[in-house]
Amino acid sequence: MKLKLTTVALGALMAAGPAMADLVFPDLSYRTGPYAAGGIPFSDGYNDYFTLVNERDGGIGGIKARVVECETGYNTEKGVECYESTKGEGALIYQPLSTGITYQLIPKVTADGIPLHTMGYGRTSAANGKVFSNVFNYPANYWDGASGVINYLLEENAGDIKGKKIALIYHNSAYGKEPIRTLEELSKKHGFELVELPVDHPGQEQKSQWLQIRRDRPDYVVMWGWGVMNQVAVQEAANIRFPMENFIGVWWSGAEHDVMPAGAAADGYKAITFHNVGRDFPVFEDVQTYVVDKGLAAGAGDQIGNVLYNRGFYAAMLAVEAAKKAQEIHGTAEITPAMMRDGMEALEISQELMTSLGMPNFGPSFNVTCENHGGPGLVGVTQWDADTQTWSMISGFNPTDSEVIGALVAEDSAAYAAEANIEEGCK
Amino acid sequence: MFYREAGDFKLSYVEDSQTFPIKFDRYRYYVVMAVAFGVVPFLVNDYWANAILLPFLIYAIAAIGLNILVGYCGQVSLGTGGFMAVGAYSVYKLMTAFPEVSMFIHVLLAGGITALVCVLFGLPSLRIKGFYLAVATLAAQFFLVWLFNRVPWFYNYSASGQINAPERDTFGILITGPNAPAWATYLFCLIFLTFCALVARNLTRGTQGRTWMAIRDMDIAAEIIGVNPLKAKMTAFAVSGFFVGISGALFFSVYLGAVEVGEAFGINKSFLVLFMVIIGGLGSIFGSFAGAAFLVLLPVVLKVVGVDMLGWPTDIVAHFQLVIVGALIITFLILEPHGLAQLWRVAKEKLRLWPFPH
Repeated sequence: MKLKLTTVALGALMAAGPAMADLVFPDLSYRTGPYAAGGIPFSDGYNDYFTLVNERDGGIGGIKARVVECETGYNTEKGVECYESTKGEGALIYQPLSTGITYQLIPKVTADGIPLHTMGYGRTSAANGKVFSNVFNYPANYWDGASGVINYLLEENAGDIKGKKIALIYHNSAYGKEPIRTLEELSKKHGFELVELPVDHPGQEQKSQWLQIRRDRPDYVVMWGWGVMNQVAVQEAANIRFPMENFIGVWWSGAEHDVMPAGAAADGYKAITFHNVGRDFPVFEDVQTYVVDKGLAAGAGDQIGNVLYNRGFYAAMLAVEAAKKAQEIHGTAEITPAMMRDGMEALEISQELMTSLGMPNFGPSFNVTCENHGGPGLVGVTQWDADTQTWSMISGFNPTDSEVIGALVAEDSAAYAAEANIEEGCK
Repeated sequence: MFYREAGDFKLSYVEDSQTFPIKFDRYRYYVVMAVAFGVVPFLVNDYWANAILLPFLIYAIAAIGLNILVGYCGQVSLGTGGFMAVGAYSVYKLMTAFPEVSMFIHVLLAGGITALVCVLFGLPSLRIKGFYLAVATLAAQFFLVWLFNRVPWFYNYSASGQINAPERDTFGILITGPNAPAWATYLFCLIFLTFCALVARNLTRGTQGRTWMAIRDMDIAAEIIGVNPLKAKMTAFAVSGFFVGISGALFFSVYLGAVEVGEAFGINKSFLVLFMVIIGGLGSIFGSFAGAAFLVLLPVVLKVVGVDMLGWPTDIVAHFQLVIVGALIITFLILEPHGLAQLWRVAKEKLRLWPFPH
C-alpha cells in the first residue's frame, strides 16, 4: 500500500513537474470528423517537428517544447473550449488550422496577448499588422493564392485570359468565400468571366455543381475545398471527363488523400502551394533517426513526406524559429507569449537558415515586419502524377498581384478596425 | 424524510399554488439561486465561463423554448437551429445598427423577431401533424440557413460571410467582445435564463399551458371543449420562438462572438437541442435544464478524464465520446423513457418516504 502511494505521489509529481518551465505549443488538431483526412497529417507534422527539436537539439534554447494537443473536430464550439483550457498553461502560439476557429480567436488572442499564426488560412486582411497586432499569416494568404492561380493561368496563356471562363467551386463557408473578392477584382482587371459554384458542408453532394460545369464548359475550374469535398470534386471531375490539367486547387485541396481515390483519372490535377513537397530533404533523415526509430512519431507515423505533413512540419519550424528569435531579442530562454509575438514580428527566414535546418528551398525566404504580417505571398504550383503517386513542383515560388491584394487588405482591415475600434499603429 | 408536506401548512390560495409548494424544495430553490447569483460570479474564470457555464445556460434557454413547443404543445420541430440563427442575425443587425442601445434590449428584440418568424413557419402546423410537421420545420431549418448564407445584407457585406460581435455593453459593463469579464457574461446569460424559466414555468401551469397540453394530448377533443387550435398552436410557436431566439442571440453575441451560419446553426444544432429535450424530459422545465447540462457537460468531463487525467490520444477520446454519449442516451431512454426529469421525480418520491418505504 505504501509503495502504491509513493508511486501515485511520484506519478503526480512527474505529471506536475514539466509544467514549470516548458515552452508550451498547443496543437488544436482534428483527428475526427469529415475534415480529419487533412487534420491528421498536419498535426502529425506539427508534433514531429517539436519532438525532433527536443530529441536532437535538446529543446529550443535549452528549454524543452511541450505540445498540448486538443481535439476540435473542426468545430468552433470545441475550438473555444480548447483555447480556454490550454491558454492557462502559458501557450505561446495558436495555430487552429480552421478559418472558422480563427475568426473566433482573433479578438480573444488580441485581448489575451497571445500570437495567432494562420498559415495560408484565416482572415486574409490580418496581413496588416497595424490593425491585427497579434495575428500573423505569413508566408502566404488566400488572396495570394487566388492571384497565384490567375498568374499561373496568365503564364499558360501567354499573358492573355480575356474572355476565358473560370469556374470557382468552393466550400460554402467563411473559408471558401475568402477568395471571391480577389477573383472578382482580378476578373475585372484581366477580363475573364468568373462563375461561382458553392458546395455546402461537408461537401459530399456535388452532382449539381459538376452538371453545371459540364453544361457551361468553363476553360478552367478553380477549387477552394477542404476535407471530403476535395476527393469528391476530383472524382466528379473525372466522371465528367473534365481535363485535369485545367483543374487547379488551392493548397488545402492538393494532398495525396484528395487525389488517390480517383486513381489514374486524377493524373495531371494541379494545386498551388507555398512550401515544397516530397521527402527529399535531409531533415527527414533526422526525423527517421530521432523520432520514428525511437517510437516517438505522432499518430500512426505513416504520414511523413505527405503534402500536409510537410505543411504542419513547416508551421512548427516557423514557430520554433520565431521562438528562437524571441529568445535572442529578449535575452531570456523562458519566453512569454508577448515575447513570442515580438519574435514573430522580427522573423527572418533565409535560404541559408533553411539549408542549415536541413530544409533547403522548403519555402520562400521572407521577412516579417509590423506593417506586413503576411510575408511576401509567393506561390508555386504542384502537379499530381498518378503513376508514381507523387506531387511535384512545376514552377518556382512566384510573386502575386500585390497591387490588387494590398488595396483589398487595406480596405478590409480598415473595416475591421472601424468595427472593433482599433487604432492603427505599430506597438 | 425529505420533501414532506407534513407540518407545511398553507394559509392562503396564493401559498397553495406557488411554484414550489413543498418547503424543502422551496429552500433548495432559494439556495440554488443564491449560489448562482451570489457566489458563482465571484469564482468564475474564463475557462469555466466560456467552456462550461455559458453553453449550459444558453442551451438551457433553447431547450426550454423547444420544450414548450414539443413537450407541452406536441408540435415536433426540427427547425431550432434555423430559429437560433434568426436570433443571432437579428441581434447582429441590431447591434451594428444601434450601437448605443443596451444589449438587454437587443437580445429581447431579437427574441421578438424570432417569435414572428417562428409563427410564420408554424402556420402549416394547422394543417399538418406529426412527422409531416417535422418535415415542414426541417424546410424552415434549411431555408433560413440558406437565406443567411445567400443574402449579403444579413452579414453586412463582409468578405467571408461571417458575423462578428463588436464590443457592446449594458449599464456601462461590457457584455460582448473579448474584453468582457467572465462574471458579466455569465450573469447576463443567467438573468435571461432565470427570466425565461420563470415565464415558462408560470405559463405552463396556467390557462395557456393547459390549452397547449390539451392540444398535445388530443387536438380534436380539445377543440370540442372550446380550445382554439389556431390560438394555442400559434402562441406555442411564438413563445418557443421567443426563447429560442434569445438563446441564438446569446449564443452568437456573448458566447462565440463570431459565427458562420452553416456551421453553428446547421441541422446538427436542431438535433442537439431536440436530444436535450428528449433526454431531459418532454414537458418539464427541470428536464430542459437537466438535458442541457447532460449534453454540454458530458463531453467536457469525458475529455478531462480521458486526455488530461489518463493521457490518452485525443482522437481516441473523441471517438470514445461518441460511443459513450450514444450508449448513455440509449440506456437512459430504455430505462427511463420520460427522461432525466422523471428520474428526478422518482427519486423525490423515494426520498419522501425514506427511510420507511411503507
